[in-house]
Amino acid sequence: MSGANITAEPPAKGAPPPPQAERGRYLAGIVFLLPALVLLAVWLFYPTVYTVIRSFFGHSGYLGAWVGIDNYRTLFTTSTLVTAIKNSAIWVGVVPAFVTALGLIFAVLTERVRWVVAFKTAVFLPMAISAFATGVTWRIMYQQDPSQGAINALSRSVADAFSPAGVLPSALPSTTALQTKAGGLVLKTPLHPGGVALLGLTGIAPQAMPPGAKQAVKPAGKPGAIEGAVWRDFKPGGGKPGVVEQGEQGIPGVTVDLKNAAGKVVQTTKTDAAGDFEFTSVPAGVYSAGIGAKTFAKPFGGYSWLGPKLITPSLIIAYIWIWAGFAMVVIAAGLSAMPREVLEAARTDGATEWQVFRRVTVPLLAPVLSVVFITMIINVLKVFDIVIALAPDSVQANANVIALAMWRTAFSGQNNFGGGSAIAVFLFVLVIPVLALNIRRFRREI
Amino acid sequence: MRGSQWAGGARAARLTGLVALLAATLAVAAGCGGSGKKSGGGSSTGNTSVSGSVKFWGIWSATEQTAIRKVIAGFNKQYPNVKVAYTSKGDNIPTILATAITGGSPPDVADVAQPGLVKQLVQQGHLKPITYAKSTIDANFTPAWTNLGTINGKIYALLFKASNKSTLWYSVPVFKQAGVSAPKTWSQLLSNARTIKASGTPAYSLCGASGWTLTDIFENIYLRMWGSAKYDDLSAHKIKWTDPSVTKALQYMAKIIGDTSNIVGGTSGALQTDYPTCVDKAFSDPPKAAMVLQGDFVGLEILQATKAKPNTGFNVVPFPAITPGANANAVETGGDLIVTFKDNPAVEAFVKYLATPQAAEIWARLGGFGTGNKNVSPSVYPDAITRTTEAPLLGAKSVVFDMSDQQPASFGATTGQGEWGIFQKFLQSPSSISSIQQQLESSAAKAYAAGK
Repeated sequence: MSGANITAEPPAKGAPPPPQAERGRYLAGIVFLLPALVLLAVWLFYPTVYTVIRSFFGHSGYLGAWVGIDNYRTLFTTSTLVTAIKNSAIWVGVVPAFVTALGLIFAVLTERVRWVVAFKTAVFLPMAISAFATGVTWRIMYQQDPSQGAINALSRSVADAFSPAGVLPSALPSTTALQTKAGGLVLKTPLHPGGVALLGLTGIAPQAMPPGAKQAVKPAGKPGAIEGAVWRDFKPGGGKPGVVEQGEQGIPGVTVDLKNAAGKVVQTTKTDAAGDFEFTSVPAGVYSAGIGAKTFAKPFGGYSWLGPKLITPSLIIAYIWIWAGFAMVVIAAGLSAMPREVLEAARTDGATEWQVFRRVTVPLLAPVLSVVFITMIINVLKVFDIVIALAPDSVQANANVIALAMWRTAFSGQNNFGGGSAIAVFLFVLVIPVLALNIRRFRREI
Repeated sequence: MRGSQWAGGARAARLTGLVALLAATLAVAAGCGGSGKKSGGGSSTGNTSVSGSVKFWGIWSATEQTAIRKVIAGFNKQYPNVKVAYTSKGDNIPTILATAITGGSPPDVADVAQPGLVKQLVQQGHLKPITYAKSTIDANFTPAWTNLGTINGKIYALLFKASNKSTLWYSVPVFKQAGVSAPKTWSQLLSNARTIKASGTPAYSLCGASGWTLTDIFENIYLRMWGSAKYDDLSAHKIKWTDPSVTKALQYMAKIIGDTSNIVGGTSGALQTDYPTCVDKAFSDPPKAAMVLQGDFVGLEILQATKAKPNTGFNVVPFPAITPGANANAVETGGDLIVTFKDNPAVEAFVKYLATPQAAEIWARLGGFGTGNKNVSPSVYPDAITRTTEAPLLGAKSVVFDMSDQQPASFGATTGQGEWGIFQKFLQSPSSISSIQQQLESSAAKAYAAGK
């Protein structure tokens, strides 16, 4: 986070002490500084310098071969790395603004709602969970299968209210005599009164059959009526498609439509336990029989949150969920430190609540908001853990961000230390202006 | 030192002549231990003379770590004065080795799963040849296996723990419900798949989120179709990915991955299903799919994550044959290669021991272990499923490595990139074979150029 602001200036001024004492103090200063300096040198200065140098050398080894700016050139010409840069730009464009805005709303709400502690805890809790665990949790919530992913389960209950699933969502025609038409199935051969319509279906698992199914029976045909059967045209080994055989069950409760030559539905009936149906007193003419689209309506399959198109938004939502709490706490602290008189003065002068918020609260909070905003920019530039934990391997190239690209290039099988170093340096360069801004602000505050 | 050790072995063999007649290799090993004890640490006889310690880094952790410890204990019965210190470094061993080499402190012996990395380490001059173990290896392995560890004419690696990647796992209840039997040929596989679909269960459970599972399927098809020689040429990029042979193999593969309505979850579901979730889907109760086309490692996952039982719940057959003859029995293997960074009597004794059937049998009895050692009897495997999966390896004459493991990692082994990523695109659009081939070729060309 942004609190790494180390100032090591000797505080006191005043009358110059005698030279010997000064030397002693100087020495003491160095002794006190030494441990910190050694740690900084080993863990910060050396790795930084080495990384910069390493970025001009090839693949592997302590240095490898000199390649000049080749690593930087690949950085901007390799499609996966370009994707990473683009994605990082999206992150920077979206996340800090959203987090700050949400944090501000929550912070203002904490002053209004009851159960403040419960509310604050709920919003702040994600901060207490590691980003990796968050990634794993959200990955489960984003699962496409509504029976696994919480978010799609929620979407399903909405979707099912508008378009419920049919009784035979997985059914397929068993022969080419049945044709798909507008989502339903229609028998190709025209029917006349006295005819028999055989509507054989496959692709239905035995456990998915409607209850009460019996052995299918082929109707004999009746003058003046059109009879038929809808049955599971499958027995172990496959059986003969289009033929009602021993061991094949009728499908009860299927709605069958009879259409006349003009395509208008003239009669509708349901199949019995043996899958048989009958349209009685059919006048002479040409008819067709079929099953409507409703029967085959697929259940809601879920949105592909973890697919290549939605993965970055999905990641950003999870990330905002984590950090909104942080923003809320910081901004709420700023709010509580705000002079109440100013707000009250504004109210007394007749300002509406919105005006107070817009013209007084926000401007007074500006320094705090900018702290949150800048912190978030830095956080977002180096985002890594949640991406690797949340995005499935197959979309990691689509979800790539700079820090992940760095790791994937340097380690993760490629072991291209030169390329990885170049990405690290690029990331460092991106962070510098934001850091400089931060440091300048700290100076001003001191 | 090497000479004296062999002299000791020979003397021991003479001492225990009758045993030597029964089983030569066994006699050498057992006799060695005996003479060592008799000579009581004499200068040039027996194996107590070989002493020292071996720093051994490996991938194996948990139960596998226990197993390798037992193998080391077996070694210590013969060489009591050699201390083998095994440390598990997990799957990150390539990175850890690269760092250790850069830092100047590699282990003495390491086990590495990537033949490509072994090749790279040989080219960089970090590995020592294990020529001293060649006679032991030749006595126990067919030339096809010896070749797997041979680079530029010298033997550098021993494939100690091998897996059989040419297997097909199926759900017995789903097959029964559909009334089909285990497929032996490619056309049987496809007709079974059609019947299974008609029975109401999708035929395939694909693990598209794990790119390597897709390349494994392709590699098995290519191997079954064109044989090991052509397979090795493609692995070494001597054949381009735009070659007609690749086109045909991809067309065959498209018959599986393009059968969208026959894949559990469809294409988008498959792309988000990683290994081992795909296994859980096919062998859960009720099963959501009929088959998983992956290697022997699936068996362990079924036993750990599902309630399916061998033979009644799941079973395994070799990957279906495509062209008849030798190609039908070819095996794609992966596994752990033993490589050495140092050369001393302790290391030599250890590597030689690992090539013996005794060493392999210790682990084989514990399960989860395959070997190409032709002197290992299939009866040591603990159950019928393991025998079905691992027996084809014993003395197999046509063996190839996992192709993607042999290629530069940026092409063959990087998540979401190179071969893995492009095969995921292939799963997304199985009809765009020529574009997929071009992408594979340009990615491969780039990776091979960078590796030089």
